[in-house]
Amino acid sequence: MSLLAEVTGSLGSIGYGLAAIGPGIGIGIIFGQGVQAIARQPEAYGIIRQNMILGFALAEALALIGFVVPFVFGA
Amino acid sequence: MSAVDIATSEGGCHIFSGCGFPAPSSEIFFLQPYAALNIFGHEVLIQKTTILVAMVSVIVAAFFLTAFRSPKLVPTKLQSLGEMAYTFVRDQIAREVIGKAGDAFVPFLATLFFFVWMSNLMGVIPGAQFPIMSSLAYPVGLTLIVYGTYMFLGFKHQGINFVKDAAFPPGVPKAMYVLLTPLELLQLFVTRPVTQSIRLFANMFAGHLLITTFTVATWYLLTPTLMVLGSATSFIVTVVLTGFEMFIQGLQAFIFTLLTAVYISGALHAEH
Repeated sequence: MSLLAEVTGSLGSIGYGLAAIGPGIGIGIIFGQGVQAIARQPEAYGIIRQNMILGFALAEALALIGFVVPFVFGA
Repeated sequence: MSAVDIATSEGGCHIFSGCGFPAPSSEIFFLQPYAALNIFGHEVLIQKTTILVAMVSVIVAAFFLTAFRSPKLVPTKLQSLGEMAYTFVRDQIAREVIGKAGDAFVPFLATLFFFVWMSNLMGVIPGAQFPIMSSLAYPVGLTLIVYGTYMFLGFKHQGINFVKDAAFPPGVPKAMYVLLTPLELLQLFVTRPVTQSIRLFANMFAGHLLITTFTVATWYLLTPTLMVLGSATSFIVTVVLTGFEMFIQGLQAFIFTLLTAVYISGALHAEH
């Protein structure tokens, strides 16, 4: 099989960059919608903030795994 | 400063420590043990985290014990501080997530929150400056305690339905179970504990590495060239990052406790 493209160098950094795309979009959506929800219904601030932080934590895990993996596998 | 010195430093070399940027890597997390003990035939290494975690346990326990040693109706200063800390966990986490039944779990949650928070804070306290939770064993240990707790509670309160409801969520077309059941079981038994520990670990790991990188850069760029501006910038970034890191440490302790409360809540009563 012929080689079409090749990436050399700091693959761990590239991997982390790729891993950060999804969570970046996700966290943006979570906080954007969260702020919108608070603006629409300020009295529900407590429960919205709590769910916002929960969603943020779940989305962020992917980016953090992407950050740790290069250190673990030493790329 | 002679012309020769400036000439050598222009080639990307530091005035004191020679050439090459010594970028910090994961090796800064592998500490040299101070001593090795032999307890019942097992080798126990005493290193920085061992001492710090003992300190944190003593600080947290001593704070709450002295605060609530002889509770008065009109609280003393220390007692009202302790009450503020305790009611924060009760109102923001336990009652918010679990509801009225959450009051029974406030001692557990408060202990978790303040233990994790103090452990994280050790990352910025001068002298300590090593976040305990950036050693994977500690978050994993805490997560195992939490995992054991909600598994026990789940089987105690719901019996086998705890796993059955998770594996076969009601109100879903039968054909979807082929796809859903393995994912849900994986989520319950593997993904939950793994992500809960990795999240805490990786946040502290990343924050500590980031601060170290900019601290090293401040030193490295300290040359008699224009790069000294880079050194000043790195220094400012280090200070700002330390402040940001303190925010993240509190937030991660909060998230860890919040997730614990969510899992306990899911174990107490079915999610519909």
